[in-house]
Amino acid sequence: MLDWLRTRLAQRTNPVPVRGGLTPLPERFRGMPILSDRGAEAGERPFDVPSRLVRTDARRLPVLDVGACLFSPEEIVDTPEGRIAFTRDYRMASSTREGLVSRTGEVELAQALDRRMRRLFGRSLRLRSVSAGSCGGCEAELVALSNVVFDLARFGIQFVASPRHADGIVITGAVSTNMRDALARTYAAVADPRIVIAVGACAISGGPFAGSPEVLGGVPPDIPVDLWIPGCPPHPLTVLDGMLRLLGRLEGGER
Amino acid sequence: MRPASDAVRFGNRRTVPLASVPLLSIDAFGDRIGADVSAGERIISLFGLPEGADRVRLIVVLGDDDSGRLRALSALVAQRYPSLTRTCPQASRFERELAEQCGVIPEGRAAPKPLRRHAPDHLPHAWRVEARHREAYPFSAVAGDEVHEVAVGPVHAGIIEPGHFRLQAHGEEVLAVEIMLGYQHRGVERLLETAERRRAVLIAESIAGDSVLAHASAFCGVIEALARSHKSPRAQAIRGLALELERLANHVGDLGALSGDIAYQPAAAYFGRLRGECLNLLLLISGNRYGRGLVRPGGVGFDIPPAMAEEVGARVERLRDELRPVAALFFDTPSVQSRLEGVGVLSTEVCRVQGFVGPVARSCGVPRDVRHDFPYGVYRFGQIPVATAWAGDVHARALVRWLEIQRSLAFVGEQVRALPRGDLRSPCGPLAPQELAVAMEEGWRGETVHVAVTDDAGRIRRHKVVDPSFHNWEALALALPGNEVSDFPLCNKSFNLSYAGHDL
Repeated sequence: MLDWLRTRLAQRTNPVPVRGGLTPLPERFRGMPILSDRGAEAGERPFDVPSRLVRTDARRLPVLDVGACLFSPEEIVDTPEGRIAFTRDYRMASSTREGLVSRTGEVELAQALDRRMRRLFGRSLRLRSVSAGSCGGCEAELVALSNVVFDLARFGIQFVASPRHADGIVITGAVSTNMRDALARTYAAVADPRIVIAVGACAISGGPFAGSPEVLGGVPPDIPVDLWIPGCPPHPLTVLDGMLRLLGRLEGGER
Repeated sequence: MRPASDAVRFGNRRTVPLASVPLLSIDAFGDRIGADVSAGERIISLFGLPEGADRVRLIVVLGDDDSGRLRALSALVAQRYPSLTRTCPQASRFERELAEQCGVIPEGRAAPKPLRRHAPDHLPHAWRVEARHREAYPFSAVAGDEVHEVAVGPVHAGIIEPGHFRLQAHGEEVLAVEIMLGYQHRGVERLLETAERRRAVLIAESIAGDSVLAHASAFCGVIEALARSHKSPRAQAIRGLALELERLANHVGDLGALSGDIAYQPAAAYFGRLRGECLNLLLLISGNRYGRGLVRPGGVGFDIPPAMAEEVGARVERLRDELRPVAALFFDTPSVQSRLEGVGVLSTEVCRVQGFVGPVARSCGVPRDVRHDFPYGVYRFGQIPVATAWAGDVHARALVRWLEIQRSLAFVGEQVRALPRGDLRSPCGPLAPQELAVAMEEGWRGETVHVAVTDDAGRIRRHKVVDPSFHNWEALALALPGNEVSDFPLCNKSFNLSYAGHDL
């Protein structure tokens, strides 16, 4: 008993604060990517990166799709045509898929749910995790969210054991063919109104598995997504920031 | 045809010309594997290479833990061949995989059940295979009035990857367990064979998200061997150090998860936080909590400059000081001990016959560890003693993890203070044609194997991945019978196998 008390005292209090500016992360941390190009019309492959991070828009100008970013050192580019770099900003969850695509890489941060949804879920949100064709990395970070540092439960957000107990689902993985039915049935088992959160590059765009015949390449269009959280895997702070914005718990929509 | 005794012996991270791999008759191939495995060798990998329009070349890589040598043998088969499982039980899983990937059917054994439930992706082009419904799985069932069935998954109660477990139980007692996987199947091997190298590394890092470094190192191991690229001592040291940090994070997290499963909350909370400290060390070094971006063909993507080395050293020391009292709490509390001992027992004999690997093998007294048996890179110089326990139960698996935590902490502390000199990345160019390369890595779950075969233009013709979970899921199924149904989660956690690593 004494040993336990002594150990408990040595542990102190650990939760990371979420208000009052960005939590500093190490210098090498690869957060939201930024693009500064020289405005020239891009060719077929304007920036040679091993992911689908860079696309061209209707005017054939390069745009960044943060939802397809794998946050790898290979996506850092510095050529005469332009430059792609990673910032240390971990806030990059968006309410819409289009919110992750822009000329500069700047993500349109998630908007709070409407009043009715906020009244229902704002102070108590129960989520069911569905892992579907992932590597397990995003799941590991979702587990970390419940530890004493990120302490998701202090905001009234909890992962529960059954979709029947849940207000929404969190989807990870590129959605493998073998998980398609199970995902659809889990979604159907959650009562309306419900929230869907897509976590990680795989769930958003197929991630490193994009193009494989064994995956759908992300959450299928018949499951409407309320919150898109990029990352490979996203840092727990990215997930936390996104969820709190969605629930209107972080004041001010600005960065 | 060369006699088998001619088979070239080679080492971890080495290649052999494909032409030097003996081509045996299928009967001689089966007899040879049976005899060598009975004599103490293990199947490291067994896979099929489509050959021409309607043949598959089976290639087996056998490993001898005592001498640290590997050997490759092969045989050419048509759509049906005499089963290897009759002479070698270890071949069973591989035969299921071969049937699914290459469409070759073993005869003389029970029909191989689907393993990952997908259409063949390495089929000789003249063959057609009937499409199989992915949900149709022939579960075994125990008959009897009082026998009941418990089905779990693929969507589980916690935040876990998908898998399906079918338990046959009599009251609370588990009689048999069948594990159906494949939900995480993403077609990894095919992607590795077709993607350009820069993207292939990113795919290798995503084979199993908690074993990023093990898989990336094994992947780079085969590429480097085929490209004759030699890493500098500094790159080797940084890779080894990072692999041990990965082991630390996962072992510490597992002790926390075990605490949570038996409702011992203090240790669950403290281990949970300390796991994060290990991940944050990887974040410091590589910019990612799981070490993504660090391991690259030819070396490493990030250096550890002196100031960072000092910080890592200091934080590892603090980690050690903080872990000790928490582990004492866990291992010295009688109610914790009584909950772990005698649960989910796996025997040494079963472990040897089945060829299980990693901490699962070491906790039943089988001292099997790639770092020790097939040393490579930094492990040739900085040796880590192999940690073993004897009981083969949940407690033994927890204890082996704690022993390994202490040894990895000491290793990281030593290495980071004496990083050798050298370039971060050596040139790693085109691959040698017509060769077979094997790279093994002791990830935190155990032996992680990548095998690559190149064609006559030096392109990857076949890339085979064997995650430790490929072997060890069977261990979980064999450890459960005789236990209570309610102990299933605890047993499962004590193995903590990868669904993604198995499903590929």
